[in-house]
Amino acid sequence: MRGMLVGAMLLAGLVAFPIWAQAADEPFLITLATRAVILALAAVGLNLALGQGGLVSLGHAAFFGIGGYAMGILASHAQSYAPLMEWPFVIEGTRSMPVIWLVAVLASALAALGIGALSLRTTGVYFIMITLAFGQMLYYFAISWTAYGGEDGLSIYVRNGFPGLNTLVPIEFYGLCLVILLVVLAFHAALIRSPFGLALNAARQSPERVRTVGIDTRRLQLAAFVLSGAITGLAGALFADLNRFVSPSMLSWQMSGEIMIFVILGGAGRLFGPVAGAIMFVALEHLLGGVSDYWHVFLGILLLLVVLFVRGGVIGLLAGARR
Amino acid sequence: MTVLVARNLVKTFGALRACDGVSLDLHRGEIHAVIGPNGAGKSTLIAQLCGSLAPDSGTVSLLGEDVTGLPVAARARRGLARTFQVSALAMEDTVLANAMLGSLGAQGRPWRFFWPVMRDRALREAAEQALERVGLADHAATRTADLSHGQRRQLEVAIALTMAPKAFVMDEPMAGLGAEGSKTLTGFLDTLRAEAPILLVEHDMDAVFALADRISVLVAGKIIATGTTTEIRANAEVRRAYLGEEA
Ligand SMILES: Nc1ncnc2c1ncn2[C@@H]1O[C@H](COP(=O)(O)OP(=O)(O)O)[C@@H](O)[C@H]1O
Ligand SMILES: [Mg+2]
Repeated sequence: MRGMLVGAMLLAGLVAFPIWAQAADEPFLITLATRAVILALAAVGLNLALGQGGLVSLGHAAFFGIGGYAMGILASHAQSYAPLMEWPFVIEGTRSMPVIWLVAVLASALAALGIGALSLRTTGVYFIMITLAFGQMLYYFAISWTAYGGEDGLSIYVRNGFPGLNTLVPIEFYGLCLVILLVVLAFHAALIRSPFGLALNAARQSPERVRTVGIDTRRLQLAAFVLSGAITGLAGALFADLNRFVSPSMLSWQMSGEIMIFVILGGAGRLFGPVAGAIMFVALEHLLGGVSDYWHVFLGILLLLVVLFVRGGVIGLLAGARR
Repeated sequence: MTVLVARNLVKTFGALRACDGVSLDLHRGEIHAVIGPNGAGKSTLIAQLCGSLAPDSGTVSLLGEDVTGLPVAARARRGLARTFQVSALAMEDTVLANAMLGSLGAQGRPWRFFWPVMRDRALREAAEQALERVGLADHAATRTADLSHGQRRQLEVAIALTMAPKAFVMDEPMAGLGAEGSKTLTGFLDTLRAEAPILLVEHDMDAVFALADRISVLVAGKIIATGTTTEIRANAEVRRAYLGEEA
């Protein structure tokens, strides 16, 4: 119950803050909040695999980056009026966000299916290493893929469009991202309570038990991994659109690490954990990054304190242990 | 009719032959007890029957079908229910959630992503009924980690019940139950054999001799005798090797 209250307050803050920033004429703060919301979405994706499924993926930047490149590639072709492909059929670029999102979700889901199917043959530290290795493979691939900017990445001049909105207005784009986050959180909340969620959570705690009642744990975890990758991929498309830029750094292992930090800082397995974690990260980066170049040290100390002393991250601290 | 059959199962761990050519049947309607000293290979045998360990050689069949190559989940779906010597439960979840996991598996489709599982009448009733039968109904809302050791054993049995299995395989279900608990569970298992036969690994000799239709004695990976309780009691080799009596 307290978890719901904390969540509601968090969401109220996410609605109120940009309205305040708008009134105070601080568009930069709205952009900052947009960044937090999009990173939160990426972390909600990882939370499904990590928090619910117990799958410690250190390669989620792969999906984040694939979503980013889906946006970059489609929009750059629309920008240059050169089709992506002419044979056997013509595929044009696009500036439409819904189409880009669909492509980002499908591409990252497909990648998660492949990566998950191979990685889930292992467990524990091997799983971590294999997901990391896949992430690095894609990272180096993007660096060498000069057709789409290679190391320098791809810039898009104009933010992509959404029917009925002017996405160039910061608060309108923010609202769009927030709605997507809310929809995905609602999906996640339903999933936790569903038969699938029950089995997935049990498989994290005792895989042998779940197999013993006749459920194939690997298929369960693969499904969770695919959903997880798809959500993080969607976040990647939005992130690239926010920056109007995509580069290999979205695929880097540091990115994977940051997404994981959001989840752990906020509370793995908690519905609002990743949201709290991403907001804290962005706020600290903004507040401390100006004061000291070494703000990561403070982040490190904070993370250490949370991991050592607070079970269930910041949400666990505020809302108490999971029932 | 024979429900579960093991033929010449061999399992080695390095130089140790933990299971050394074990053959065994479980007939409909019976309780077949497997006894033997610690380290005899009883749990290793169960793991091969249920699919969590692959035998080096030998076969396992369930209801006439060779299941030797099938994984744990596939054997469970064909009607094999197992309880563990060391409880394997979702400790953070409620007792009811654990029991519902059993009915979820029995129903065969965890692939529903939206409808709240707790509002699934059929699943819930099957789970509640099973908890009622093992005497855990009052603890349905308790977190599993807060259960006593004995209650966890009861929950293991309840999960097996929700699966409405064709055969039970139980690894020391009485362990740590205490005299009272053992007696209750003994009474319960006595009625359970009518629903499905039980392969019972157990150290509690009172329970074994009260319940078993047949007993197999496993020593150092080999079955040295199989017979009725009277035959086993009278068997000199068993008395020497296991029951610890001078012949
Ligand atoms: N995974 C394993 N690796 C190596 N040795 C094992 C393994 N599992 C069991 N053993 C050994 O096999 C023998 C039989 O063990 P177990 O089947 O647990 O016996 P029981 O259940 O009859 O007490 C023991 O000596 C044990 O140490
Ligand atoms: Mg044992």
